[in-house]
Amino acid sequence: MSDVAERVKKIVVEHLGVEEAKVTENASFIDDLGADSLDTVELVMAFEEEFGCEIPDDAAEKILTVKDAIDFIEANA
Amino acid sequence: MFDLTGKCALITGASGGIGAEIAKALHAQGATVGLTGTRVEALEKVAAEIGNERVHILPCNLSDDEALAALPKQAEEAMGSLDVLVNNAGLTRDNLAMRIKDDDWDAVLNVNLTAAFKLSKAVLRGMMKKRWGRIIGITSIVGVTGNPGQTNYAASKAGMIGYSKSLAYEVGSRGITVNCVAPGYIATAMTDELSEDVKSAMLTKIPAGRMGNPEEIAAGVVYLASNEAQYVTGQTLHINGGMAMI
Ligand SMILES: NC(=O)c1ccc[n+]([C@@H]2O[C@H](COP(=O)([O-])OP(=O)(O)OC[C@H]3O[C@@H](n4cnc5c(N)ncnc54)[C@H](OP(=O)(O)O)[C@@H]3O)[C@@H](O)[C@H]2O)c1
Repeated sequence: MSDVAERVKKIVVEHLGVEEAKVTENASFIDDLGADSLDTVELVMAFEEEFGCEIPDDAAEKILTVKDAIDFIEANA
Repeated sequence: MFDLTGKCALITGASGGIGAEIAKALHAQGATVGLTGTRVEALEKVAAEIGNERVHILPCNLSDDEALAALPKQAEEAMGSLDVLVNNAGLTRDNLAMRIKDDDWDAVLNVNLTAAFKLSKAVLRGMMKKRWGRIIGITSIVGVTGNPGQTNYAASKAGMIGYSKSLAYEVGSRGITVNCVAPGYIATAMTDELSEDVKSAMLTKIPAGRMGNPEEIAAGVVYLASNEAQYVTGQTLHINGGMAMI
């Protein structure tokens, strides 16, 4: 597992208070991990800080799963 | 009660009658205050009255998009944090609806409503992280009751109540409260403009029998900003001497 993937998962676990095992790459924040829409906004904020990048709103809207987040960060951070 | 030590508050329209008192009252409870408005001299005067500690002057014309966008960051940098936002700046361009020009409509809506919302949006991020925040809008009794000659102003003030309630829903779980204070008829430059006839007619409609003063509005803001008001959100606190009982 890449370094980015590990850090993303750690943030998701901490932020949503879910078990690590549930945070698979294909897990959807809202459908599988119990996030509400405000949680997803906060997750994006946390990713921005962790990786020192800016995630524009239109990109943020497409980050629905753990994998989406990892892919975006690997491509842009 | 109502201790605001360690909190940083940005007050728009701090050069005006009500805004200056809000700034003084928040500061007196221990808050650091950021004063904004367009008249630098007036802001300096208010700052001098407050003292030289925990006061910052941040001039900004809210109808200038670029200046508006830069303000939240400037305030946060100057004060170190931004925990309380008081959207108090406001203006009137009164006229009968049939005579209102597009400019009069736009100018009032832009400053009273759009700028207030944009500032509210911009401060959310920091407040969400801290799980604490206060967004307080100074609306008006006429936003609820209407008033002839003030279609633009009433729309802007009703709009502020509307977005405040919606925002209160969105961020309620994050320790951020969003409320409004609705002054009635308060003695400031804004009401000085009214003719004696209008003034005396207004007084007959106020059970308290007098105009309010800015300190009485500021006291409501202090309450809503405090920890004690953590469970109050999405509300409009009417301070009007009984002029409207809603
Ligand atoms: N007085 C009343 O009876 C009454 C009743 C109900 C509600 N209110 C509301 O209370 C609030 C304060 O009013 P007030 O009575 O204290 O009036 P005021 O003395 O005329 O103050 C208005 C303030 O708004 C600021 N402002 C206006 N346009 C601005 C702009 N484009 N950019 C930045 N700042 C701007 C002014 O700053 P500069 O002068 O420095 O530009 C001033 O500090 C307003 O929202 C008003 O609608 C007042």
